[in-house]
Amino acid sequence: MHATAADRVQSSTTTYLICVAAWAIPGAGHLWLGRRQKGVTFLIALILMFVAGLWLEGRLFPFEPSQPLVALAAFADVGIGLSFFIAKAMHAGAGRVVAITYEYGNAFMMVAGLLNMLVVLDAFDIAQGRK
Amino acid sequence: MTSHLALMALFALFVSIVFAALTRDEPRDQLLFGAKLFAGFVGAGIVAGWVLYPLPF
Repeated sequence: MHATAADRVQSSTTTYLICVAAWAIPGAGHLWLGRRQKGVTFLIALILMFVAGLWLEGRLFPFEPSQPLVALAAFADVGIGLSFFIAKAMHAGAGRVVAITYEYGNAFMMVAGLLNMLVVLDAFDIAQGRK
Repeated sequence: MTSHLALMALFALFVSIVFAALTRDEPRDQLLFGAKLFAGFVGAGIVAGWVLYPLPF
């Protein structure tokens, strides 16, 4: 029987590369490890959730050390990986605070980032042979 | 889309999908667990909404 990448314990360098890939592109770590169904599920669900947050006029928060809650929101936002930087480069995610969906948009984008962090941890566990 | 209920359901759908895929390996188990999570999130949201309804703030 052909062994998938997930059946082997990865070296620590490969494990960290998998984690970086999983952070940058949701689901990429699982795809790398041969968990195709999970990888595609994360890729579609998390990217759609992030895009829905932009569509709902949420804000991509800046790293503002003088405002700890804003910095924490930025930390959650950046969890989605490259999508965060692509959206910033396209001047999306400015947020419209008077929009009725503003808070929903924020919640969608922050939770998409936080869920992607869980997905990265799951990819780490798989690469370490724990799952 | 500005319906609070629809947005809450959409949010619950995304979270349920990700949690189900994270915690279950078989597609059938994922579907069952995801459906239960989704129903739980939406049900809890509606119950919490009614519980908070009489509050004046």
